[in-house]
Amino acid sequence: MEFVLVQTLNGISYGLLLFMLSSGLTLVFSLMGVLNFAHASFYMMGAYFAYQISSKIGFWPALVLAPLFVGAFGMLVERFGLRRVHRHGHVAELLFTFGLAYLIEEATHLIWGRSAVEYRVPPELDGPLFQIVGSQYPIYRGFMMLVAVAMLVSIWLALTRTRIGLVIQAALSHPQTVEALGHNVPRVFMLVFGGGAALAGLAGVIGGNAFVTEPGMAAAVGPIIFVTVVVGGMGSLAGAFIASLLIGCMQTFAISLDWPLFFGLKLSQVAPVLPYLLMVLLLIVRPKGLMGTREG
Amino acid sequence: MTVTRRTALAAAVSLSLCAVPALVLGQGAKDSKDPIRIAYIDPLSGGMANVGEQGLAEFRFDLDQINKRGGVLGGRKLEIVPFDNKVSPQESLNQLKRVIDQDIRFITQGNGSSVAGALIEAVNRHNERNPGKEILFLNYAAVDPAFTNDKCSFWHFRFDANSDMKMEALTTLLAKDKKVKKVYLINQDYSFGHAVRKAAREDLARKRPDIEIVGDDLHPLAQVKDFSPYVAKIKASGADSVITGNWGNDMSLLVKAGRDAGLNVDWYTYYAGGLGTPTAMGEAAAGHVKIIAEYHSNVANNKAAKYDAEYRKQAPKGNPDFYYLRGKLMLDMLAAAINKAGSADPKAVAYALEGMKYEGDMGEVEMRKTDHQLIQPLYLFTLVKSAAKGGPKEAKIDMEGSGLAPITDARIEGYVSAQPTSCQMKRP
Repeated sequence: MEFVLVQTLNGISYGLLLFMLSSGLTLVFSLMGVLNFAHASFYMMGAYFAYQISSKIGFWPALVLAPLFVGAFGMLVERFGLRRVHRHGHVAELLFTFGLAYLIEEATHLIWGRSAVEYRVPPELDGPLFQIVGSQYPIYRGFMMLVAVAMLVSIWLALTRTRIGLVIQAALSHPQTVEALGHNVPRVFMLVFGGGAALAGLAGVIGGNAFVTEPGMAAAVGPIIFVTVVVGGMGSLAGAFIASLLIGCMQTFAISLDWPLFFGLKLSQVAPVLPYLLMVLLLIVRPKGLMGTREG
Repeated sequence: MTVTRRTALAAAVSLSLCAVPALVLGQGAKDSKDPIRIAYIDPLSGGMANVGEQGLAEFRFDLDQINKRGGVLGGRKLEIVPFDNKVSPQESLNQLKRVIDQDIRFITQGNGSSVAGALIEAVNRHNERNPGKEILFLNYAAVDPAFTNDKCSFWHFRFDANSDMKMEALTTLLAKDKKVKKVYLINQDYSFGHAVRKAAREDLARKRPDIEIVGDDLHPLAQVKDFSPYVAKIKASGADSVITGNWGNDMSLLVKAGRDAGLNVDWYTYYAGGLGTPTAMGEAAAGHVKIIAEYHSNVANNKAAKYDAEYRKQAPKGNPDFYYLRGKLMLDMLAAAINKAGSADPKAVAYALEGMKYEGDMGEVEMRKTDHQLIQPLYLFTLVKSAAKGGPKEAKIDMEGSGLAPITDARIEGYVSAQPTSCQMKRP
């Protein structure tokens, strides 16, 4: 029983990290129609910035500053890169972000080298939070969940309860009308893109020391966050949340079960493939995803 | 019209750009004073680039030392030429074509048994079709036992102990520890991981039938971010020891997740000893991670100590450790074989190399003639807090500045880990 409990907690916390990663991606997509291939690179930047800042002035300032820097970088990318490319359509944008991902990775190699850097969980968050019949649950995982939930609530509040949130929502469906009303829509786009990047950066600050901060980390999470966003429904924040938890728990429990499948394979062995299987099946049955509104 | 002319011009320019280096490289290599080149085919970009770069930096240093001693054949130098294969077998074959075009006759590779398998086949085919232009493959780290058994080749020499040999040595010591009752196996789901779990099961059944194998997991290579579900499973199984062949992030994330969950087990590993893993694990791993390898910097009576220290002085930033003693051994033995053969012809060198006994830094080694597997002493060692951080005195040199330093549990002589071979060597 406690095994189930531990695995549920593991599944939820992994799911929440996935949500932190995919929320920015899905926000940017919903507003700008841009599938940002460099999103996972912003995650990596967040981790490296946090490493650099925390080695100088500590983890807590890094938690705030690193996402802000990544966000600022994101805005610059939108203002001076994406906005120009936007005129040439979605394919050009896609290629642009694709190239950007490579650029960021190579720049990371040049600045921080190719090996893992020593970015550690701060001592005050290192250690067990509570015990479940002999199994420890680390404080840091609890912290991760807390940050993710706080993020979800604040995005939701910002989008539905603030003026800028309403403008963003309006610009989503009727950009011309919003512009006619005197709002600077390109600036809204820039803010949203920067905001999405900052969210990925925050996930990087949290995920970088929970796992490993190394130049391959962007490539490693890239596919799974796309799956999350597609399963949740492109552009749907609630969908991304549900899909993240679903994928997190599904993977965790599949690993726990040694049920025999075919050809001598065990369920635990195929666990990492399941999210992709889910995506393919879902695309066949319900192409817009769980909560999506766009077709295809 | 202008478009076609421009296209033609562009094509001509790019063709000539291609041709120039080809011409330059095509020349040479005929003069007997030219350096003997060794192609280094390993990942130099992408996620595994750090591993490839470590080897390249060390091999360059090793060859510098050989050249400083006067090279081979009375003054010819040895030189390493890097080729990036991105750990892909397909890309490695493309690179091998380039190696052949440049008339390089020695290749070395280590990362990924899938890559080594493809290279062995391609080298065999090439050598059969191009007598007089043979290529010799020096393998420094691909440990699939098949390469010195049913897939053995006259043109392939392995300088690392293969997976079965490492497991033999590892289990010999594990079996002596009476506290070990329940063992959990977790490995990467590809040929190497399968070889590890198979050997672990067989060896334990033979040496300690009372040990219960309470779990046996395979997970995809370099895909898992969060190992906590696996750790919860290990915990639930009641295991006291874990055997794993994991390497790279699969190794560090696993131990890290275990530490976070308060999992109290001993880790018996092949590859926790370098390439970013000690950094990622941190000091909390102290005392619980055991590694089987041919060398660590704190071995007793270390004849390579000076060499190790010299290497560290000029090592690239971020990769300070001297990791591949077997790389030094391989290149030293190659130089000795070239001198013994009196020529740099791969066929003659191969005949000189097989059966060669050599006085290495850790003791005598032998390149076994029957299967071209190097028989060498191995060390089982544990990572502990370094002397500087309050650990034992012999834990002088830590790994990657992580505060974790290796100390020897036991030395395993070559004959202990040596395995019978099914190789039917075909000699030209």
